[in-house]
Amino acid sequence: MADEALFQFLHNELIQYVYKSAEQGEMENGRCITKLENMGFRVGQGLIERFTKDTPRFKDELDVMKFICKDFWTSVFKKQIDNLRTNHQGIYVLQDNKFRLLTQLSAGKQYLEHAPKYLAFTCGLVRGGLSNLGVKSIVTAEVSVMPACEWSFVRMQGLV
Amino acid sequence: MSRQSNRTTESKKMNSELFTLTYGALVTQLCKDYENDEEVNKQLDKMGYNIGVRLIEDFLARSSVGRCHDFRETADVIAKVAFKMYLGITPSVTNWSPAGDEFSLILESNPLVDFVELPDNHSNLVYSNLLCGVLRGALEMVQMAVDVRFAQDMLRGDNVTEIRMKFIKRIEENLPAGDE
Repeated sequence: MADEALFQFLHNELIQYVYKSAEQGEMENGRCITKLENMGFRVGQGLIERFTKDTPRFKDELDVMKFICKDFWTSVFKKQIDNLRTNHQGIYVLQDNKFRLLTQLSAGKQYLEHAPKYLAFTCGLVRGGLSNLGVKSIVTAEVSVMPACEWSFVRMQGLV
Repeated sequence: MSRQSNRTTESKKMNSELFTLTYGALVTQLCKDYENDEEVNKQLDKMGYNIGVRLIEDFLARSSVGRCHDFRETADVIAKVAFKMYLGITPSVTNWSPAGDEFSLILESNPLVDFVELPDNHSNLVYSNLLCGVLRGALEMVQMAVDVRFAQDMLRGDNVTEIRMKFIKRIEENLPAGDE
């Protein structure tokens, strides 16, 4: 099933819509990013519930992160996270060298300023997923050369 | 071994659920932004159109289906290849008009509406209207002007979901002025 293509088209339309309605209402860029992130959050919450219905309880936070890097990322983006780093004190950095939603955009530094638009939804998605797994976090993403992308999760409080 | 295969079907399901949930978030946002359902329907159609004009290329690249010779063939390709490829369902093609220019797609299930219930104050909302826009946009790119609308909708209480497609006219390809 070509679900991935369909989702990518829908995702792109979503971004166009949010930015177009912002133009008419004179919202700033930040508000659009927040809007997209919030939509991702709701979707992430629902998605993680469906996905982990039958999986056993996670042993600890690192287990949750490994789940996100392997199973969650594979299901949603068809590949695993390439690199996971942590300071074991609540900060995790995930590296994806070929982020699916950016590959169609550019393969270098072109359009770099537009990259955040395409990352906002996914930031929310992951934040929502983590939230429903009991991990409150702040998720941010950084791109220096497309399509490689770095995701940072900062845990706000421990597992419930 | 069986655990492995569980994962693959799970991941396929999750992917379509990602799309379903994202679509739900979109419709929710549109309902917040626009006050009446008619506006939301129009917006969904427009967005669907934008997706459709791009989706057709993706479809043609993946499916290697040749040019359709008539509207009946088009209907079959839409139902058996396109819907199957993107949504995993195969609607049936029925209710052909005597002139052969109008038909219905009957969907027994609609993945877009998994987990969805329409609240009472949105009785005019055509939730899956994106599909109409997609079909319209995609067919326009292959030189067919069509009119697409929902005749029945399970979300609004009907037994099945029925999409009615009507062929309007063939769009002539415009050659650039200099060509002869």
